[in-house]
Amino acid sequence: MENTVSADTYVDVMLRVNGCARRLRLDSRVTLLDALRDELDLTGTKKGCDQGACGACTVLLDGKRVLSCLTLAAQCEGREVTSIEGLATDGRLHPVQEAFIRHDGFQCGYCTPGQIMSAVALLQEGRAGSDEEIREFMSGNLCRCGAYPNIVAAIREVAGRGSE
Amino acid sequence: MRPFEYVRADDVAAAVALVSADPQAEYLAGGTTELDLVLKDGVLEPGRLVDITRLPLRGITFAEDTLRVGALVTMEELAADPTVSERVPFVREALLAGASPQLRNMATIGGNLLQRTRCRYFRDSTVTACNKRTPGSGCAAVRGPARMHAILGASEHCIALHASDLCVPLVALDTVVDIQGVDGSRSVPLTQFYVLPGERPDIENVLQHGELITRIRIPLLPVGTRSGYLKVRDRASYEFALTSAAAALLIEDGTIVRARLALGGVGTKPWRASEAEEILHGAPATGRTFRAAAQAALGDPFTVAGTAFKVELAERTIVRILHTVSGVRS
Repeated sequence: MENTVSADTYVDVMLRVNGCARRLRLDSRVTLLDALRDELDLTGTKKGCDQGACGACTVLLDGKRVLSCLTLAAQCEGREVTSIEGLATDGRLHPVQEAFIRHDGFQCGYCTPGQIMSAVALLQEGRAGSDEEIREFMSGNLCRCGAYPNIVAAIREVAGRGSE
Repeated sequence: MRPFEYVRADDVAAAVALVSADPQAEYLAGGTTELDLVLKDGVLEPGRLVDITRLPLRGITFAEDTLRVGALVTMEELAADPTVSERVPFVREALLAGASPQLRNMATIGGNLLQRTRCRYFRDSTVTACNKRTPGSGCAAVRGPARMHAILGASEHCIALHASDLCVPLVALDTVVDIQGVDGSRSVPLTQFYVLPGERPDIENVLQHGELITRIRIPLLPVGTRSGYLKVRDRASYEFALTSAAAALLIEDGTIVRARLALGGVGTKPWRASEAEEILHGAPATGRTFRAAAQAALGDPFTVAGTAFKVELAERTIVRILHTVSGVRS
């Protein structure tokens, strides 16, 4: 980025991240992804393609899954952001996190935060009716290690369909 | 990437006035194409982005056999609408065939219509020959490797594709686009909204700078009409179409009473297949009719080595969807 920015290319933003109000003064070009990682030190959200193609940067915005790499931080003023760091409560992992561990739903782990955020949203959306439906509605999250079968198994388990 | 000023609009008239008065200003809605082209590819360089996502353009209402959809309704919201599922199910099919769940939560209906007609060469600023980016510079895609490109409406000036799935059934349905400008509002049928690239591929539609889509109006299909959307692509999900087709048929006693057909993945704009519809109207619902319609739909394609396969693929896509929708066995 160029360094010669004038005052009117900065924005003041208040984000609610994992339940905490965070006030930031940012270059207007800063994405939600970069604000989380570089300004708030929440590096659980990963930068994969940084172009809306891989899903590694998936977070929940007002409860809905979105790509933080294609969202300006400024657009999130006053909105509720949930990142992977916000899933565990009182030191207990979210059931989807536990299921990913149990089913070995990752290899290198880089896509995993995005996979888990997407899976949490998918379950809320009621899109886990069949393995086919899970695969279709997880298609925005790529895993180059190819952990897909175990990811589907983890989601299926949390959806209550066991190992059918 | 040059710096830009970010402005959050809370009033339609003020937003329209702001952008209309500033040639360097652009609207920002879901951002899924705009921010990609501004932040990542660096091929658009607005001096000011006016965020319209808080404008009151969100509802979906239903009256007089027409669905009125606010421009800021998201793709997921429209896909979840019960009237869409009931009366224009191929709109839902096309919505859910597009992008990914994350992108569909972000992308708006107005933005979907206005996603740039684009190709890899347009997105690569190191490619100098692009009539869309730099009018008069030529078209690298016509001479270079091409695949995800248009064959209808295309010419040696530009073969970039309008990649929307949603717009394919919308153009088949004679959807109307409501537009707000500084001097008032106007309405344009979607079939007349896009312009062919001709010698000015940088001009993609009839909007003047600063005009804002506020709503679209979708005429619903008569009860008894069956519809479907078929998307053919390189992988099973989360991929642009190589070819696609949206069809709606009303068939009585084996005769096609009313037919609507449009194509995706092949056009420089969402492509209404009017010649094919004329063949279908009043004809018996048979494989022979469907094949004749498919050939008419592809008419006079402009192909390069990498896109020649799309002619037969598109014909087969049309024949398949007509069989599926009609229930006539192939």
